[in-house]
Amino acid sequence: MSMLGRTAQNLFWLSRYVERAENMARLLEVGYRMSLTSRREGGSSEHLISMMKAAEVDEDFAKKDKPADVDTVANFMMFDPTNPSSVYSCLQAARTNARSVRTAITSDMWESINSAWLEFSQIKPRDVRGAKLLGLLEWVKHTSHQFRGALLGTILRDDGYAFLQAGNFIERADNTARILDMKYYVLLPRAKMVGGDLDIQQWTLILRAASAHRSYRHVYHDRYKAHNIADFLILRPEMPRSLISCARFVEQQVDTLADFYGKKQDCNNSAGKLRAMVESTTMDSIFANGLHEFLTEFMARNNRVSDSLSESYNFY
Amino acid sequence: MADKPPFDEMYNPDGSVREPYRALAQWLEEQPDKALTLMQSDAEAIFRKLGITFAVYGSEEGTEKVIPFDVIPRIIAAQEWRRLSKGIEQRVKALNAFLYDIYHRQEILKAGRVPEKLILQNSAFAPEMMGLEPAKGVYAHIIGVDIVRVGPDEFYVLEDNLRTPSGVSYMLEDREAMMMLAPDLFQRSKVAPVENYPENLRRTLESVAPAGAGSSPNIVVLTPGIYNSAYFEHSFLADQMGATLCEGPDLFVDGGKVYMRTTMGPERVDVIYRRIDDDYIDPLTFRSDSMLGVPGLFNAYRAGNVTLVNAPGTGIADDKAVYTYVPEIIEFYLGEKALLQNVPTYNCTDDDQRNWVLENIADLVVKEVHGSGGYGMMVGPTSTKAMHAEFKKKIEARPDNYIVQPTLALSTCPTYVNAGIAPRHVDLRPYVLVGDEVRITPGGLTRVALKKGSLVVNSSQGGGTKDTWVLED
Repeated sequence: MSMLGRTAQNLFWLSRYVERAENMARLLEVGYRMSLTSRREGGSSEHLISMMKAAEVDEDFAKKDKPADVDTVANFMMFDPTNPSSVYSCLQAARTNARSVRTAITSDMWESINSAWLEFSQIKPRDVRGAKLLGLLEWVKHTSHQFRGALLGTILRDDGYAFLQAGNFIERADNTARILDMKYYVLLPRAKMVGGDLDIQQWTLILRAASAHRSYRHVYHDRYKAHNIADFLILRPEMPRSLISCARFVEQQVDTLADFYGKKQDCNNSAGKLRAMVESTTMDSIFANGLHEFLTEFMARNNRVSDSLSESYNFY
Repeated sequence: MADKPPFDEMYNPDGSVREPYRALAQWLEEQPDKALTLMQSDAEAIFRKLGITFAVYGSEEGTEKVIPFDVIPRIIAAQEWRRLSKGIEQRVKALNAFLYDIYHRQEILKAGRVPEKLILQNSAFAPEMMGLEPAKGVYAHIIGVDIVRVGPDEFYVLEDNLRTPSGVSYMLEDREAMMMLAPDLFQRSKVAPVENYPENLRRTLESVAPAGAGSSPNIVVLTPGIYNSAYFEHSFLADQMGATLCEGPDLFVDGGKVYMRTTMGPERVDVIYRRIDDDYIDPLTFRSDSMLGVPGLFNAYRAGNVTLVNAPGTGIADDKAVYTYVPEIIEFYLGEKALLQNVPTYNCTDDDQRNWVLENIADLVVKEVHGSGGYGMMVGPTSTKAMHAEFKKKIEARPDNYIVQPTLALSTCPTYVNAGIAPRHVDLRPYVLVGDEVRITPGGLTRVALKKGSLVVNSSQGGGTKDTWVLED
């Protein structure tokens, strides 16, 4: 007996939203730290706006007609229900999805997302200003880890698992690409600074946003260098948030689905193309043709995997 | 009736403990200070964490609430339960026979034992069901009979819920919670298990699958969705039975057959345990504005291609006005006297009875014939003069829309409240499954009125629940 198309859809989006909440917290952390450490470069708001551009929420923020300072941006990224990518919106959507598919997830998964939502909805935005903000960002990451832990530890390895994992890693690929792309928005106006202290510092923060600043050393035994950092987050299969490992993993999941249902579909094709795109390139060619252009193309193809998966398995 | 102190389930009038409550009484005595307070807050935390909630319509803040759970169980002795379950079985058999008759030859109307007008002009009567043969002749498969106790041997049936009785998930979760909170108390008692309810539900549903469904029929639970007050229960039951939880848009009808939209395309559905009211299940047959149902579902049902549980039109048998005839109904179909009593009910369309009711309204309970969940009712002794006047007017305007009963002195059970342990009024809803056989789960849901003196136990009106123990011999 196969599952409802709606159930598959809810599972897929459930884990996408949890991953997205985590990554919104990561992005905000980078934007926030950049705004603290590089004040001389034109004040804090610029970095925060770059961060929102990378998250594609800058236009919604502009509509609010508020100055972009740490408080307003943090509030918008964390608590604003009108921002569909805010942590608030993501956790709420994740919980609603989880409630709709309670019969398709384990009680450990349900309890993890349910208590996260209950806890988060108790928090008052004004209580997490300043130093408390980083603590809350940590909490969001832990919440996501906990949910994923419950998922990995308890759910049956059937089609539901593959939909959950595909959603998780499609979202993660998108987010890693966005975190990297932030560098483009931050640096673009000042290309002459490439290679300078500030440049490296910003790359470091990017690594940090991907929780990769320690593991970087284990792979490169080298100083932080733009080339290596981009390589790490795009082409290194050992790095669990890199584009290549996400793309490979997504392809595995859709192949698992094809095996489970006994039939290859469009999404197998688009997932294969996405993986091939990162496997067939090098850092030199990415930089030569433009990092931003590469990332934009990657995100578009990644989206295509998501769309074709929805079509192949009758999401509605 | 209201002057006599209510029957206490735990203590005899002389203060001694009634036999079934001996172990509990001793256990309560042994509990250190604060132990119950702690248990109570643990219970609250468990229920909230598990998300065992119900939605409160119209309440702004936190639309999901946890039903208050009381940590002191209600206990029913083995012989008391035997009596009750015999009476319940008799009732559900007669009511199913009644439904079959009403939708076929209508012998009981021809014999004049139940007034024709009461049935044929009743909004709960579904003419679409005439002549239809449900699998195994069963209309009401899942029933929750509301029972109150007023004395050691006096049980009354308040209501037969034959449409979509809810609360069975609380019965099961209350037991879970109680086993977690007080395992030592279980060790001292022999409590009949309730845990096989989901398994029995599945067997019941399989047993009424259409003839062509094969040996493992595809069973789904049809819910109005996550915003329905009983959504938790719908997902819980689907989960426990291994059935698919569907909403209207997940199903469609093609060529008189019902399918669900799966990841691999359409898949045939055989049995639908629907938790959507009759009016909403099929916009083509019933309410055309319904977004909850499945267009064409009723025709698929009529064609015998799918089983609907409970059958449409069962509401005619739990109509509050029909209720007064249940003892007649039992005699007519089974040739037996009713084992469980009805609450005496006044008929307001009769001039003498109505006049008496209007004069004595302050002592009476008035219920709207089609009201449910504590809405549209008035409990005389605890209502204001203005309310009495309002309901008098309502009865005068539409005497057929109300039934009136004396205020029963519902039994009380010791209950944990702010002030400590105090008696509170309770009722009981045992759950019955009817398919190839009748299966009654020992126990049921005990609802408790948490407010001192209150007789209203509905969760929508602030009532709570208790684990219900049927002792084994």
